[in-house]
Amino acid sequence: MGRELTKKERMELPRQSMPTQDPMDRIKNFDEVALGFTAEMAITEAERCLECKKPRCVDGCPVGIDIPAFIHEMQEGDFEKALAIIKQANTLPAICGRVCPQEDQCEQVCVVGNKYKPVAIGRLERFVADWEVAQGGEIVMPERQPETGFKVAIVGSGPAGLATAAELAMRGHSVTVYEALHKPGGVLVYGIPEFRLPKKIVEDEVGNLKKLGVELRYNFVVGKIASVQELFTEYNFDAVFIGTGAGLPYFMGIPGEDYIGVYSANEFLTRVNLMKGFDFPAFDTPVGMGRRVAVVGSGNVAMDCLRTAKRLGAEEVICLYRRTRAESPARLEELEHAEEEAIDFRWLSSPVEIYGNDDARVTGVRVQKMELGEPDASGRRRPVPIEGEQYDVELDTIIMGIGQGPNPLVTRSTEGLELNRWGNIVVDEETMMTSIPGVFAGGDIVTGAATVILAMGAGKVAAEGIDTYLRETVKVPKARTA
Amino acid sequence: MPTLLEIKEIAPAFKQYLVETPEIARKHQAGQFVIVLLHDHGERIPLTIADSDAEAGTITLVVQEVGKSTMEMGLMSEGDQIEVVGPLGTPTHVEKLGTCVCVGGGAGIAPLLPIARAMKEAGNEVVSILGGRTKELVILRDEMTEASTEMIYTTDDGSFGAKGFVTNALEQLIEERGKPDIVIAIGPAIMMKAVAEMTRPLEISTVVSLNTIMIDGTGMCGGCRVSVGGDSKFVCVDGPEFDAHTVDFDLMMKRQRTFLSEENVARLRFLESHKCKATKGTEVS
Ligand SMILES: Cc1cc2nc3c(=O)[nH]c(=O)nc-3n(C[C@H](O)[C@H](O)[C@H](O)COP(=O)(O)OP(=O)(O)OC[C@H]3O[C@@H](n4cnc5c(N)ncnc54)[C@H](O)[C@@H]3O)c2cc1C
Ligand SMILES: Cc1cc2nc3c(=O)[nH]c(=O)nc-3n(C[C@H](O)[C@H](O)[C@H](O)COP(=O)(O)OP(=O)(O)OC[C@H]3O[C@@H](n4cnc5c(N)ncnc54)[C@H](O)[C@@H]3O)c2cc1C
Ligand code: SF4
Ligand code: FES
Repeated sequence: MGRELTKKERMELPRQSMPTQDPMDRIKNFDEVALGFTAEMAITEAERCLECKKPRCVDGCPVGIDIPAFIHEMQEGDFEKALAIIKQANTLPAICGRVCPQEDQCEQVCVVGNKYKPVAIGRLERFVADWEVAQGGEIVMPERQPETGFKVAIVGSGPAGLATAAELAMRGHSVTVYEALHKPGGVLVYGIPEFRLPKKIVEDEVGNLKKLGVELRYNFVVGKIASVQELFTEYNFDAVFIGTGAGLPYFMGIPGEDYIGVYSANEFLTRVNLMKGFDFPAFDTPVGMGRRVAVVGSGNVAMDCLRTAKRLGAEEVICLYRRTRAESPARLEELEHAEEEAIDFRWLSSPVEIYGNDDARVTGVRVQKMELGEPDASGRRRPVPIEGEQYDVELDTIIMGIGQGPNPLVTRSTEGLELNRWGNIVVDEETMMTSIPGVFAGGDIVTGAATVILAMGAGKVAAEGIDTYLRETVKVPKARTA
Repeated sequence: MPTLLEIKEIAPAFKQYLVETPEIARKHQAGQFVIVLLHDHGERIPLTIADSDAEAGTITLVVQEVGKSTMEMGLMSEGDQIEVVGPLGTPTHVEKLGTCVCVGGGAGIAPLLPIARAMKEAGNEVVSILGGRTKELVILRDEMTEASTEMIYTTDDGSFGAKGFVTNALEQLIEERGKPDIVIAIGPAIMMKAVAEMTRPLEISTVVSLNTIMIDGTGMCGGCRVSVGGDSKFVCVDGPEFDAHTVDFDLMMKRQRTFLSEENVARLRFLESHKCKATKGTEVS
């Protein structure tokens, strides 16, 4: 039974700090940095929660996990019940507990945070999920409802696709996930590095999906081997969900960007994570990174590149960001970890030209100093160049982590699909149905590059929309009429 | 997983693979390629679909053994399975234009085959100029003869056809018969550049198929980018075919050498561990 504590006593308990690998050790390996709470730490942290009547944290959670309820079970030491509560709203807690930007979501609005540090909700979520794995997994398995006979195709196996697939399978539909790459997981696998999200976790989640009866096909590029229309006409699906993400890398458009040594973040991370280039030549894909590396940008993508470069042995790793630390869109934890790992952050710095030698290999970059001016449309103060303040940095590698857009492979090959001016798919937000009846979409392909939890949340809404569409509009499965 | 049904050595360090992959065979159009992965430690290898048979559910790949991955593929056996994704890339624009000259060099002859065939089927006069260092490296002669209305050969050593380069033969052809309506050139970058430089002043529309270093082949990494008309283009989705007169070949050739030192490490390591089995591979042209 949980301890009896007053409100004041609860709030005055110190926020438990996350045990981590020592920075000087961890920059030499790709093992996970944050090691997770012990059971004792988790229970103490849970005791900091006031179990508010009107919990603001739940409003802050994009999928509305009943946070005080699961934390209550943790106070009691009943991790199984806590897990069951989380899984009602979030099927991928081990992933979200690690990668959600909690400081902008549940923890931002937690009342304890008004005076003290907020309850470490994300770390508690992670603890419960890891506890399940430590018990041998599958403590709380969702049940599959009787077969409906409806067939649904999911395009893309990122968090949006995986969440949609899980929800639909539980409702008894027959689900096939088509993935362009040779491994499932989307950004979780090719983008986010092992030291932040062990790939074993993603594999386990995919394994659970298979146990639910979901079929996965890799090396299948929709828009090439089959169009969305053909998924209906030739593959006999009753509905299609598009979760193809924001996979198109942006470059800056500055001189010298085609030199050797300039990578998109996607290329760099894919070589290292998906293709395991950090272990070349045991794995065949080289990375080709040099010794002096700059990463442009300061979001999660940039943090992952900086910290990966460090681990690959770069002598100098520089972050070039045109705003300041305060505007950095990265998760706070990643930013802090990067700082501990001796990354050289150069705020208010923007590259304007990349230099190369006769072999077209990068030799350096010219950096423009910036200052913050008036707020722009996003509400953040706009960085403006300070005239005459430029300097050069000698480098051999530059990685562009400035953002990604929607990959047009599917959208361009699908006639009648309404897109917005950035090329994202337009959906009805209640059902996630696109302008084509029976075709649904969600995740980064709809919102632009966002977060894992928003992609998952969109998948859940879409699954509901698809389920309703199948039962009320399609009514009879194609397979039965064919 | 797709199965290797047949493996044939068609020239020194050149192998032809018949791969069972019905969905890709059904969808393939001239100019498209696949990416193959031999095993879970492997790299993704882009290879053009040299031929396809929708009914039999097979595609044909012709691979020159130039480094670790292509040599390792050469050691595979019939019945082995590999991962294959495709068809990737934008298909060739096929249209009846009149006379089409297809210029192929080395491994570039393989990607040229389906294009020549499609152009001929569309009603074009197809004159193919094929070249190589020596006779036996001028591959797919029978298949190309069938796909063309006329054949011209060149070899560097004069062992077959005219002694010299494909560009010499192209120049002569134009001198004798006037300008063709289109030239399609596929081969080593240096050859494609030479063809482009020859046809530019004559204003002959010229198409090349580029083979930059790729990973995903779906427009996700940007590693395959080239400068075309001053814009950065992704070869895997915007190409692989481009207007030859707008491609920055010099930069592309340099970019192809990005991983030269790693490639040597991999190749030596591989040869060391397969001393007896592997063919030595040919120099990268
Ligand atoms: C390096 C990096 C770090 C990040 N860190 C965080 C973080 O810490 N926290 C956080 O919340 N978010 C983070 N994000 C953002 C988050 O990963 C994405 O918002 C999320 O993955 C989007 O999910 P999705 O399912 O929409 O798309 P994706 O994860 O992009 O998955 C799309 C999948 O579709 C496949 N696909 C694309 N086209 C086709 C096609 N034509 N046919 C078949 N399959 C196709 C792709 O190969 C891919 O597997 C990060 C992103 C990156 C790149
Ligand atoms: C669209 C396209 C179609 C191609 N079609 C054919 C074909 O039909 N037959 C054929 O024999 N070859 C083809 N190639 C080239 C083939 O992909 C490379 O020869 C192969 O990847 C070399 O790998 P390796 O390990 O054997 O040699 P390496 O020693 O690794 O490389 C040798 C050279 O090949 C090039 N190369 C290396 N890695 C890649 C890569 N990932 N992608 C592209 N090029 C690379 C480099 O320029 C390098 O210098 C094609 C390439 C592209 C991009
Ligand atoms: S807002 Fe904070 S204290 Fe209140 S229920 Fe949520 S986590 Fe507990
Ligand atoms: S190979 Fe990655 S974008 Fe072309």
